[in-house]
Amino acid sequence: MKILVCISQVPDTTTKIAFSDDNKQFKTDGVTWILNPYDEWYALVRALELKEAGTASAVHLVTVGEQSAEPVIRKALALGGDEAIRINTASSDPYVVAAQIAAYAKSEGYDLVLCGKESIDYNNAAVGPMLAEMLDMHYIGFASKLDVADGKATVDREVEGGHVTNSASLPLVISCQKGMAEQRIPNMRGIMAARTKPLKVVEPADVQSLTEISSYELPPAKGSVKLIDPENMDELVSLLHNEAKVI
Amino acid sequence: MSVIVLAEHENGSFKKKTFEAVQYAKGIADAMGTTATAVVLGTADNAAMQELGAYGASKVLNVADARLNTLSASAYTKAIATAAEKEGAKVIIALNDVTGKAVAPRVAARLKAGLVAGAVAQPDMSNGFTVKKIVFSGKAFANVTINSDIKVVTLMPNTFAVAKGEGNAAVEALDVAFDDKDFSIEVKEVEVMTGEVPLAEAELVVSGGRGMKGPENWGPLEELAKELGATLACSRPVADSHWRPHHEHVGQTGGTIRPNLYIAVGISGAIQHLAGVNGSKVIVVINKDPEAPFFKAADYGVVGDQAEVLPRLIEAVKKFKAS
Ligand SMILES: Cc1cc2nc3c(=O)[nH]c(=O)nc-3n(C[C@H](O)[C@H](O)[C@H](O)COP(=O)(O)OP(=O)(O)OC[C@H]3O[C@@H](n4cnc5c(N)ncnc54)[C@H](O)[C@@H]3O)c2cc1C
Ligand SMILES: Nc1ncnc2c1ncn2[C@@H]1O[C@H](COP(=O)(O)O)[C@@H](O)[C@H]1O
Repeated sequence: MKILVCISQVPDTTTKIAFSDDNKQFKTDGVTWILNPYDEWYALVRALELKEAGTASAVHLVTVGEQSAEPVIRKALALGGDEAIRINTASSDPYVVAAQIAAYAKSEGYDLVLCGKESIDYNNAAVGPMLAEMLDMHYIGFASKLDVADGKATVDREVEGGHVTNSASLPLVISCQKGMAEQRIPNMRGIMAARTKPLKVVEPADVQSLTEISSYELPPAKGSVKLIDPENMDELVSLLHNEAKVI
Repeated sequence: MSVIVLAEHENGSFKKKTFEAVQYAKGIADAMGTTATAVVLGTADNAAMQELGAYGASKVLNVADARLNTLSASAYTKAIATAAEKEGAKVIIALNDVTGKAVAPRVAARLKAGLVAGAVAQPDMSNGFTVKKIVFSGKAFANVTINSDIKVVTLMPNTFAVAKGEGNAAVEALDVAFDDKDFSIEVKEVEVMTGEVPLAEAELVVSGGRGMKGPENWGPLEELAKELGATLACSRPVADSHWRPHHEHVGQTGGTIRPNLYIAVGISGAIQHLAGVNGSKVIVVINKDPEAPFFKAADYGVVGDQAEVLPRLIEAVKKFKAS
């Protein structure tokens, strides 16, 4: 069984988000880039576990990104994985990202394509299901548990207020979230090994972008907080009712 | 030409978030000089489907196939694409929830339609089609322009208040040619809590952090939530320590929520936590440390020990409800 893990590079979670003066560009100076947490902690680690257990024969990593994404993909290789593919273009449009991965993956015969539940920059949760459509596979989203045996996957997925257990034949595209695996820290051996693992650079397919980001906005600044005497909770309740009108 | 909207139901009845999506579709249809058609997948009550007219649907297309009562992303995609073709739809609306997130991107890929996921405003159609959406897990918004002929938009639940109007929608049956393969994902087990409003849809949320000191102290938060009719949430370390179930975890790596009221108790207000909750309309922070960063993001603040403040707040809410 061959697994493909889709890896996206995102700004570190502590990043204070800022934009250029015309609000058209995200300011990247000083930003630390990380592996998208869902891709790293859950999709990648679960893929590695499946390989360690002998269920998977190969784990490949793919990222759609420019050269600046290489340190992050090397880190992913340091965690494990046999080879990485970087498709040499960047886009904020999930259709473009999915189409690039699909163009590459189509002829590679992956049995399982794992991605994160969403990227923490664009929050589209879209690349996975788009990829499933393009590769004509079933998609199971928000998986918190994944087991594979005899060509079939058993998947727990989150739904509003609970979870559902599904079973489906491979090939599948699955998006991964908490519960699936435990975060790993790359060790020295992994880091050394990653240096010599193949990182293939593939030129992008010709895909038209269907969306573009015209501008960004920050949320309106909050006014100053109204402090309430901790002895006087009647006042808080009255403010929530009469002033804020939320209860 | 029309706008179509996936009208999700639960065992045949519709919830507020669906009315919100239908109303949103109607607003877009009005601006385009057309009508909104709701697509109902699976078996639903006829009167309930007609009632979608009161929220703006002129017509309901119902695919009354019981296999659609549970989600199959590929079958749903096929049904929506069929409906879109029949209606000549230029805009397709769904919710940015578990179902919408599984289906809308697939529909977009199938129809080569640009997608905006997690819209928080009506599209601006003055110059093209631009929709404001959440990015960076709530730390910012992006205005995304869709350039394709067909557009797919998913709406963040709880963005708009819902107003019920008049009118009944005409219900029509829609035939879709499914393959067995569309339903080849088996459902082994379903475990869904009933009677609770899921966090993503909750209008009122009571949330606890590490300042609650331990799972044994959640009683007052549960009582406060019950008195208010609120849903419980928590910070990440609380879920990581298994004090509370994971689905209650909100923030950058948990759920992004937009309730009318968010009451944060014993939560410091780290940037990753704020990311998921700063879309709340009103924020109340209860924290014993006056320097806690959360106070900067709060509308109302109470500096005090939760063990003392919560019982007083519960009493005050009870008194208010009785009055
Ligand atoms: C990659 C990454 C992703 C993350 N994602 C998330 C996320 O999605 N969601 C999230 O929440 N966090 C997230 N975090 C963690 C985040 O950085 C904070 O560590 C976390 O939010 C802190 O939780 P807390 O406020 O409950 O605990 P603490 O920071 O320990 O704060 C406890 C607060 O309780 C107050 N307190 C203590 N005792 C009392 C009392 N008796 N009465 C009243 N107040 C009291 C204290 O003054 C303090 O402000 C993430 C971190 C990383 C690195
Ligand atoms: N540029 C990218 N390259 C590779 N995979 C990506 C990229 N962007 C997103 N993904 C994958 O798709 C998932 C969902 O991303 P998104 O649709 O942006 O929320 C991520 O968790 C990744 O697994």
